[in-house]
Amino acid sequence: MSQAHQISAGFLPLLDSALLVVARELGFAADEGVALALTRENSWASIRDRLAVGHFNVAHMLAPMPIACNLGLTPLAARTIAPMALGLGGNAVTVSRALWEEMLAQGASPDLDPRSTGKALAAVVARRTAAGDVPLRFGVVHPHSGHNYELRYWLAASGVDPERDIEIVIVPPSFMADALGARRIDGYCVGEPWNTAAVAKGVGRIVTTKAGIWRSSPEKVLGVAAEWGEAEPKALSALLRALYRAAVWCGDSDNHGELAELMAGPAYVDCPVEWLKPALGGLIRTGDGGEVATADFFVPHAKAATFPWKSHALWFYSQMVRWGQVEANPANETIARETYRPDLYRQALGDLGVALPGANAKVEGALVMETPVGSAGASLVLGPDGFFDGQVFDPEHVDGYIRHQLAARLKA
Amino acid sequence: MLSSALRILVIDENRIRAAIIEAGLREAGHMEVTLVDDVTGIAARIAALQPDVIVIDIENPNRDMLENMFQLSRAVKRPIAMFVDRSDTASIEAAVDAGVSAYVVDGLKKERVKPILDMAISRFNAFSRMERELEEARTELESRKTVERAKGILMKSRGLSEQEAYALLRKTAMNQNRRIGDVAQSLVTAAGLLGAGDDQ
Repeated sequence: MSQAHQISAGFLPLLDSALLVVARELGFAADEGVALALTRENSWASIRDRLAVGHFNVAHMLAPMPIACNLGLTPLAARTIAPMALGLGGNAVTVSRALWEEMLAQGASPDLDPRSTGKALAAVVARRTAAGDVPLRFGVVHPHSGHNYELRYWLAASGVDPERDIEIVIVPPSFMADALGARRIDGYCVGEPWNTAAVAKGVGRIVTTKAGIWRSSPEKVLGVAAEWGEAEPKALSALLRALYRAAVWCGDSDNHGELAELMAGPAYVDCPVEWLKPALGGLIRTGDGGEVATADFFVPHAKAATFPWKSHALWFYSQMVRWGQVEANPANETIARETYRPDLYRQALGDLGVALPGANAKVEGALVMETPVGSAGASLVLGPDGFFDGQVFDPEHVDGYIRHQLAARLKA
Repeated sequence: MLSSALRILVIDENRIRAAIIEAGLREAGHMEVTLVDDVTGIAARIAALQPDVIVIDIENPNRDMLENMFQLSRAVKRPIAMFVDRSDTASIEAAVDAGVSAYVVDGLKKERVKPILDMAISRFNAFSRMERELEEARTELESRKTVERAKGILMKSRGLSEQEAYALLRKTAMNQNRRIGDVAQSLVTAAGLLGAGDDQ
């Protein structure tokens, strides 16, 4: 090939691998002189290992994963940086038909409202605990994932202790619906299309969404082998520009039909096209025959969706501490903060005249409506970005946030 | 001797490959080898077996689940790390290249574990080679059949002898810098589309 930069990337079959797929298939990578080779993988462990030994230069990664790698929480990992996010949102929580019936009896509303469904689930859990039933079992895709942390956040804020009252197990995304159907799990939190898969198969009911639990929240990032990124800064910048253009394309609803067709293909998500449409249109089929319009269900571009906010990295760190995955100390906090690299994002995109946030971190949960913010380049609108329980996360006061959450748990 | 023998668990959905690895380990004197091809209920199996070394196909989609289980270490009494020595990058690369991942009980001596990993790596590589050769043999056979059909089409539609038909295919392949099997395939496809020459 005659391209200036050969870049090898790994991805998992999920809708939010779209930016990488579109950058390659629509020619945005080629336009930047990047020959982008994509390899589909079966596990996040495999993505991490192949990045560590140099099979991949970059990868589609769970947003907390590069932080976990740098904190030494994983068996084998290279130093990994995150110079770009691959969109916001995109997940949902699905439960079995049987559990949904129990939740309905406890007053769960049908509209995916996390307050109502969380309260109903807490009532079910309390009733089961009192009756001495086996604890409910929920699946997430990885311990260091947005899914794990948002599921736990939702449960804890609803009065369920995810460590004591239920069991959380790891299940690969594409196996979730079948595990639910076979009653190996009672519910799960996963990215699309693997919630819609359970609805299509008639085995599950979607009860809430990532956008409902924490609006405009981080999900996947571009994980970059730090050594490679430092050796090939031009290649990395070219890739970031290509991915940015891919994000703009993915964010245009006129392209969603073509995007669904592309992602459904055998080389990518390999699923029926219909399974990808609810997430792209934000019209979620719940599993009862109803549909719920969900604002910002999956945001590939708008609202600085590809900007790697340091406040996102620090929130993940706070949850790693909260659930006992890592010790709270200034060194670990620094590692988490420095893993996300908005400086590289700015460097790559500065010349494009695009909307760049003025700051590298923001108070999460502070915006209750769409808000124009200071930006270099074009105008930028952020938010709303609220947590469903009204809490805010101030990246200047990580310790206080962690202490508050741990104290709330002790009290419960 | 028995008390110090290492217990090895091989998790592989491919039973043939698992058997090849097991045979290699037994030849090397490891008698406590267990094969598992289905991860359903794996936590209980691991708790019962208490393996010192776990070898698993890197492509297995359940690795995230297994790693999480190792880290929580409720099923296994001792924490398990991938490979013995993270600084042994050559071994790690060889393993990932071969498609092997391995988890080793913390505290085991490197010299006890390395031969096991090397064995797994070489057997994985041997299996891949065997698969590749089988695939090549299959392709070769297919290609020969296609060349026969292409020759038949040329003989019928252009009145050539078998030798002339083959010479024409070979010349075309050389001129176009393609394999003769590919040229034959194009011809068979084209003939099929035109509905001419092909008896099938």
